[in-house]
Amino acid sequence: MEEAILQAKNVSYAYEEGEGLAISDINLSFRRGEMTAILGHNGSGKSTLAKLLNGLYIPTAGTVTVCGMDTALDDNTWEIRKKAGMVFQNPDNQLVASIVRDDVAFGLENIGVPTEEMPARIEAALRAVGMLDFIDRAPHMLSGGQKQRIAIAGILAMQPQALILDEATAMLDPKGREEVFSIVEKLNREQGITVVWITHFMEEAARCGRVVVMDGGHIVMDGEPQEVFTRAEDMRRMRLDVPPMVALGDLLRSRGMKISRDAMDIDSMAREVLKWL
Amino acid sequence: MLKDITLGQYYPVKSFVHDLDPRVKIILTIAFIVAVFLGSSLWAMIPITAFILLSAKAANLPVKLLLKGIKPLRIILIFTFLLNLFFSAGETVLLQVWKIRVTQEGLMLAIRFSMRLVFLVTGASLLTLTTQPVVLTDGLERLMSPLARIGFPAHELAMMMSIALRFIPTLLEEADKIMKAQMARGADFESGNLLQRARAMVPLLVPLFVSAFRRAGDLAMAMEARCYHGGEGRTRLRVLKITHKDYVACAAVAALIVICVIIG
Repeated sequence: MEEAILQAKNVSYAYEEGEGLAISDINLSFRRGEMTAILGHNGSGKSTLAKLLNGLYIPTAGTVTVCGMDTALDDNTWEIRKKAGMVFQNPDNQLVASIVRDDVAFGLENIGVPTEEMPARIEAALRAVGMLDFIDRAPHMLSGGQKQRIAIAGILAMQPQALILDEATAMLDPKGREEVFSIVEKLNREQGITVVWITHFMEEAARCGRVVVMDGGHIVMDGEPQEVFTRAEDMRRMRLDVPPMVALGDLLRSRGMKISRDAMDIDSMAREVLKWL
Repeated sequence: MLKDITLGQYYPVKSFVHDLDPRVKIILTIAFIVAVFLGSSLWAMIPITAFILLSAKAANLPVKLLLKGIKPLRIILIFTFLLNLFFSAGETVLLQVWKIRVTQEGLMLAIRFSMRLVFLVTGASLLTLTTQPVVLTDGLERLMSPLARIGFPAHELAMMMSIALRFIPTLLEEADKIMKAQMARGADFESGNLLQRARAMVPLLVPLFVSAFRRAGDLAMAMEARCYHGGEGRTRLRVLKITHKDYVACAAVAALIVICVIIG
């Protein structure tokens, strides 16, 4: 069994004492190098889960460990956040400095990286997200997708093991969404960074190696996208759609065409359909 | 259009003055202001003017840019000049129309006061035109840091300033958006008397404040997620170093002060 980078054991979380549980009794682990999508409609607990995974929230019951460190212990907090970086939804509300270079440096300054090491790490991080040319620009002049890439660079510079993205593409236009998703995909593939991708876009989930579906604070499905999306009925019950190409595949299969279940994006679906023409 | 606003008025060229340490520049600006007040005679204006022109040259700045800083002050400037011109006591009457008279002393005073204003503004502009806002807040933090020992929140203040710098354009853009949205629903921001116009701002300010608070919450969370825990144990991207250029600049300002004291 591979090493678990992020692990939740019997985790429950309530925002206020005596209130209902936002997360109830969850067991989940993310292995090194995995890229997992977490799906769920609003209020399913997926954002709460994200904030539990790097110690922004401390579980009401159960334990969350990051690289073996318990998030409930105060001494671990900063080491954990260094290991598990987080990107949030609103691109405007997570950049701190008025120059890209300074913003990427923010995390490094916080964790006490020596000044001489900073420029190289900043440049490497910006290069990894394809934003090196923007190093001296002001964030407010950039597009939403570019801002999210800067936010990712700010985390990358801290050399994390895991990247948790909490609906990082929800406020972007389709172009920005693709920009950000493919950068994260590349980081996962090339640098082996563990990715937890929280989203409500099915197309994105279909491109991850693993999909976890949440509903009402529980995990209801967990598996490869092919498996998860075959349960279209269950998905609809949770007010989630299956990706359009999966729905099309289902429809074609029900009419007797043998379409592979792996065809979840437009290109591979086109290839499958062409076989029949 | 709002997107194009650049913060501060930083003029990005390479120059002697641009290379100076921000701490030194801040202190020298203050020293320059002192010099302006020390040199109270008309004669002292010659070295001060010469100093400003030389600095502009050393900063690679067009003088026009420096003068632009005075433009918003022109009404105050004219007002100061006229007030001193007409209402100062004096013996030597230069001009008298009915009960209003202009004396030689009044004229001198008027020139001195308005020139002082011009010097103060251009001196401050020299600082902001040649120093990036981020660097300026860095310099201020470093200058205030000795006060941190007696409990003065130097780091926090500098952090607040840099966050404010970062969010001013964002909030301006948002204000613009809300204003247009309200106008599309028939809100009227332009007509009516002062009171009516102030009341028309309420539907603009309330959503703006609500969103600013939401942003603040988000930002605090994002900063914590990036390991922010105050100024303690923090390293800095920018290292400030005093070089020989800084000594040259200090010497120049010291010379100006001495000259102003001698001339009086």
